[in-house]
Amino acid sequence: MKRLLEIEFHKFKYSRSSKVLTIIYLCIVVAMMFLGVVRVNFIDFEGSLSDLGIFNFPLVWHVSTYFTSFLKIFIAIVIVSLTASEYSNRTIKQNLIDGLSKRELILSKFYFVLVLALLTTMVVFIASLILGLIYSDYNELAIIFSDLQFVGAFFLSHLLFFSFCLFAGILLKRSAFALGFVFVWYIFESILNLAARGLDYYYELDITTLLSHVLPLNAMGNLIKQPFTRISLIDSGLNQLGSGDMQFEYAIEWVDVFSVLLWTSLFIYWSFWIVKRRDL
Amino acid sequence: MEKILEINQLSKHYGALKAVDNVSFTIEKGHVYGILGPNGSGKSTTLGMVLNVVNPTSGTYTWFEGRANNHDALKKIGAIIERPNFYPSMDAVQNLELVCKIKNISTDRIDEKLALVDLLSRKRSPFKTYSLGMKQRLAIASALLNDPEILILDEPTNGLDPQGIRKIRDIIQHIASLGTTILLASHLLDEVEKVCSHVIVLQKGHMLYCGPVEEMNKNFGSILIDAKDRAALQTFIKTQEYAGSIKELTDGYEVKLLKDVDTSRINQDAFDHGVVLSRLMHKKQSLEDQFIELTKN
Repeated sequence: MKRLLEIEFHKFKYSRSSKVLTIIYLCIVVAMMFLGVVRVNFIDFEGSLSDLGIFNFPLVWHVSTYFTSFLKIFIAIVIVSLTASEYSNRTIKQNLIDGLSKRELILSKFYFVLVLALLTTMVVFIASLILGLIYSDYNELAIIFSDLQFVGAFFLSHLLFFSFCLFAGILLKRSAFALGFVFVWYIFESILNLAARGLDYYYELDITTLLSHVLPLNAMGNLIKQPFTRISLIDSGLNQLGSGDMQFEYAIEWVDVFSVLLWTSLFIYWSFWIVKRRDL
Repeated sequence: MEKILEINQLSKHYGALKAVDNVSFTIEKGHVYGILGPNGSGKSTTLGMVLNVVNPTSGTYTWFEGRANNHDALKKIGAIIERPNFYPSMDAVQNLELVCKIKNISTDRIDEKLALVDLLSRKRSPFKTYSLGMKQRLAIASALLNDPEILILDEPTNGLDPQGIRKIRDIIQHIASLGTTILLASHLLDEVEKVCSHVIVLQKGHMLYCGPVEEMNKNFGSILIDAKDRAALQTFIKTQEYAGSIKELTDGYEVKLLKDVDTSRINQDAFDHGVVLSRLMHKKQSLEDQFIELTKN
């Protein structure tokens, strides 16, 4: 495993665009989180986002993982371009000729996305921890380390998305096509969701819920649900509007965890299958 | 003799097209093999199959008498396919370090191999800045990193200028002189003729011949012969048992030989018959002539 990771990181290390994108990603993640600290004047509200209590443990885990999730597209570009350029430079062929087996080839790429997902999770975890320690009203250890399942979900959703990108890169061999494919797939799922909602409405079915667990990007997005209504200001606002009785579910559902893990394994297995079958 | 590679009834079909059709041959240690064939005859496909990048339709191949599994065997091979494939933004050393990691060997010998192909002075330039000749030389350095038991070269001089071709050829001859087994695929016959001891001839996916270069066609070449007295020479040579067809040229006759014969004996015989030769030369049939002859039927 060490050898395979070294091989993949060697490729990553000397690819300037990948390094630049990764650094941009890390900067944005950190910048976004510290944005919450900046004081703003907003009509009759003066203060910073931290006054909303979003950096309170354990809410901070939920809020930070939810908001930084959208940035994974940066790392996705890195993975797609690294994978697709192996085809356009034909280095994948040379790797195999040099004695890397097809299994090792896919494993090295999988280990690489696994480590990238771990690293992004670590960055978000540490940044959230620091912010929480500075601004949280509660500082008991038991509270700090509660609700950590959001960090775990963050990791799983990234792992799935990166594996999806890896698969797209291997399937289409061109980074532009692969990124386009990821985007088109996202639209495809959205259209299915809309159609399901329509069907549900007319025929009183419940396809929407089913799809939200079954489709890969749906399940990924469903892992960490919106935290807005947990933020006290919005919550009290809703109460004033008379909808305070509305119940929102925030918990991570096991069915989504299962679905995300299943899709991850499928994407990796399909990548292997393609590499094995295809003539170079 | 130790077998490096044994190919048994290997075939690759793309739909109705039979790119490689039931090819079998054996590569033995210490020889230099040439795979000959026109473009599209299946040379690269055959090499692709034994190098694990093209999936065979049927047939088998065995590396090193089956002592290692396939990708471990590939670690003991140095191979260059069609054109040099490296990471464009890495320099020579970084690219070779990656190959070392894949082959699981130490990086100590990178400089030595770069010196061998005359790239040491450019070792820190990114690959994308190299000329085609330099890229091809880097590929050879990469293939030699592990001191391979066999070096496989597919069209190594394709697209190079005359200096580049000469340089690559010198390197190949040098490696061959060290006793490394070489498998060289090419459609350039003089290239193969200069370095190979054995040839494998492919045409449209079929194997036409496999064996030593000299035995490719059962023939003994021809002699170019001339004398002042042309008429006497013609009567003399017609009666000789080794003489085949005779062709008149402006500067004498070209006589095809039917068996192996010593030129000094011809000279002696001619003298005994009262013919004084002004020219006598034995001409071996070129690989090109043999190849054309073999592939025309």
